[in-house]
Amino acid sequence: MTPKLNRWKRFADWDERPLRLDKFAAEDPANGFSAFSSPADPKPGIGIKGGRVVSLDGVLEHDYDMIDRFIARHHIDPEVAPEAMALDSATVARWLVDMNVPRETLVRLAHGMTPAKLAEVVAQLNALEIAFAYSKMRARKTPGNQAHVTNAKDDPLQLAADAATAVAFGFDEIETTMRVSRNAWSNAVACAVGGAVGRWGTLFQCSSEEAEELRIAMAGFTSYAETVSVYGTEKSFTDGDDTPWSKAFLAAAYASRGVKMRCTSGAGSELLMGFHEAKSLLYLEARCLCLQRGMGVQGTQNGGIDGAPLTATIPGGVRELMAENLIAVWLDLECASGNDARSTESEIRVGAKILPYLIAGSDLICSGMGSILKYDNSFNPSLINGEELEDYLVLQRDFEADGGLTPLPESRAIELRERAVEAIAAVFEELGLSTPTEDMKTSVVYASGSDDTRSLMPRDVSFISEAIKERGITVIDVVKALANRGFREEAENLLNVVKLRLSGDYLQTSAMIRNGRIVSAVNDPNDYLGPGSGYRVSEERRLQLNDIRDVLDQKEVLRSEALHEKDEARHIRYRNLGPAANGSAKDDVVIGISPAFGLKLYRTTAGHRLSEVLGAMLDAIRARGLKARVVRFRHTADTSFLGLSAARLAGSGIGIGIQAKGTAVIHQRDRQPHNNLELFSNAPITRLEHYRALGANAAAYALGEMPEPIVVPQRGEAMGSRYHARVALIYAIETGLIEAGAAPEEVDITLTGAKS
Amino acid sequence: MTHTRADYPLAETQPGAVTGKHGKALPEITLDAVLAGDVTMEDLRITPQALQAQADVARDVGRPTLALNFERGAELVEVPQDFIMQVYELLRPGRAKSKEELLEAAATMRDTYQAERIARFIEEAAETYAARGLFTFRF
Repeated sequence: MTPKLNRWKRFADWDERPLRLDKFAAEDPANGFSAFSSPADPKPGIGIKGGRVVSLDGVLEHDYDMIDRFIARHHIDPEVAPEAMALDSATVARWLVDMNVPRETLVRLAHGMTPAKLAEVVAQLNALEIAFAYSKMRARKTPGNQAHVTNAKDDPLQLAADAATAVAFGFDEIETTMRVSRNAWSNAVACAVGGAVGRWGTLFQCSSEEAEELRIAMAGFTSYAETVSVYGTEKSFTDGDDTPWSKAFLAAAYASRGVKMRCTSGAGSELLMGFHEAKSLLYLEARCLCLQRGMGVQGTQNGGIDGAPLTATIPGGVRELMAENLIAVWLDLECASGNDARSTESEIRVGAKILPYLIAGSDLICSGMGSILKYDNSFNPSLINGEELEDYLVLQRDFEADGGLTPLPESRAIELRERAVEAIAAVFEELGLSTPTEDMKTSVVYASGSDDTRSLMPRDVSFISEAIKERGITVIDVVKALANRGFREEAENLLNVVKLRLSGDYLQTSAMIRNGRIVSAVNDPNDYLGPGSGYRVSEERRLQLNDIRDVLDQKEVLRSEALHEKDEARHIRYRNLGPAANGSAKDDVVIGISPAFGLKLYRTTAGHRLSEVLGAMLDAIRARGLKARVVRFRHTADTSFLGLSAARLAGSGIGIGIQAKGTAVIHQRDRQPHNNLELFSNAPITRLEHYRALGANAAAYALGEMPEPIVVPQRGEAMGSRYHARVALIYAIETGLIEAGAAPEEVDITLTGAKS
Repeated sequence: MTHTRADYPLAETQPGAVTGKHGKALPEITLDAVLAGDVTMEDLRITPQALQAQADVARDVGRPTLALNFERGAELVEVPQDFIMQVYELLRPGRAKSKEELLEAAATMRDTYQAERIARFIEEAAETYAARGLFTFRF
């Protein structure tokens, strides 16, 4: 008796999925768990008197908190506000997805809108509309991407190698941080040197304590900063140990040092800090973004960031992350659109989360994709890390979408890693900081992650880092050290990045460097106005995106088959005996083989030698006392017709059809094509004993028996995409040999019995 | 002279006019010059003029708040790093115990460094902090 259980077993299956590691939060606006709207969110409103904002979203001037004050004074354009606030939110929402309404019209209106108004408008859009509006509203036309380059040991050799690799993959920015905070200076020098290998122009940040970060920038090692966090409530702002004025002052300080800067904010941070005021995530984030524009920063890193995992637990949270990014670009800010913190354990949710950004494009699609392995990511795992980086490359190819990265050949990766490791070791030696051994260097070049290295440890790094800081080593010293040790190209590249800060060109909105040129929202503005406009993947770029690893074509299939030709020749000889005769004896079974069988193709998709497969079937038929003939058909390569044609030639009326890839069928003379007796369609998982059993069953049918059909146990793997390209290419080789009306040929098979 | 979007990027349209603190222009800052010891960190520092030019460009493309930030930045170019960090620290919550401390910093910015916009910005902060009770003691 089958026992009764207390649950449907499917739920037990689902329990094993990574998704079940994700936890989901109930909507609970009173406790801050609401994505788009909370009863505590204010209604949009503005009062202007004498060019001054005297009320904002229902709060009168004397009741403003410091965020209201800052937004009222620095964000709201009082000339635009009456017009913008009077507009119906649904109408503005439609304009955002209307390709005929230019971006600049909408940007002008945003400058007159309060946080509640901005949130109310974007809340009207569904996820698809948000993604579309985002692609239309983002500031710079050409998309880009940013990488995290860190490792668990703060090992400078690995940082340099990984920075060089990230640069080669095409990241426009690389960001590092450290496990041990006093290692900041060493990390900065290592990434600056590694980032100068191969090409120049990748902007670099060392994420550390704000004052320290500014000092590192002053020494010339870094080129941008994005640790300037802002928050949507007064209490979380002060809890974060800043105010809008202190942050805005810092923004001016970065500009004064020629360092590119963006702010950071994102849904969930106020909730994590416990000061959400029962407001919705989107409303709080709209406040942050208005603050940022008011502060005069060129851009923002938003879209959840550290709060993304929390936001993704809330109903609509992932849509909210998209919506806040839309507000950012609508306010005309550069947007590094989150996708950094890994918000889920489910790979399906990861893929789903990245897709809108990949197809819509973004200034920096991830504000930190882990170019390194998860365990080396000192910011915590990113949405996509080194493990999955190739999945991303394939997504670009699938959607013909420019995600900012370019496939990197393995030989080039090794070359760059070697060069980077040698370069940083040379700098350290030249400056008397450390003398890495050959073993250390080699272990790093070939390492996937820090678990594989025998290199510098955090304590060694601390001495290096503190020496750099205390001796006041600057980028000029590093440039000199590189050049003195023969790394002239790297020295030039590093110098070029530092020179960028003189003109301040890369301080403008959405600035990055491509091919040594500044590209920003000023000289590469998003001009999307419908199909055919805006950013399009050029043919040249498309070919780059296509150039992933392990791509098959017919030439490649024939090449790999040719490798087996000689080997097969030792096992089997095919001799053409001329036109095949109609059998009349009852004990005559025919095996019909396909046009390329043994002539151009030598193995089944499961990897069995065709000689073994034929041998197994022939043996099984003969074992029942029947005669087996082999006939080659050249008028068709279709399994079903191979089988039916074989059956019609067979005296028993039973034939087997088999293609070189191993797909086989048992057919009977009088049956309709495809209405066969047995079909072995799962060639990639069909084993020799199955072919032997197939032969035995064919013999049984010929003897008038009704055998148990052979079942090749399968779980869908044979239909996996791993086989399809190869199968189609192989089949094309078969059909390429077809000749209309070609008569069947009797083939004499000699199995040599050679040992493999 | 007011710059427009047509002048952007300055490093590409007028490299000879982009100079560091000591007047060394971009084409003169070469690797050989660095190796000869002719380039210092000061030669790699942005000037108030460059920031003003970028402010002009930003205004021309409709980004007035960004322009204002560049102008505040221009005023800070000559302000020593230590004083910048001191003022930043003072602007953080609870660091200044009274409005007067911030007003004093603002006055130094105005009188010593001619940083008028920055001074006003700090004064605005002082007024806000007073209104919002941010001069409280933090442990």
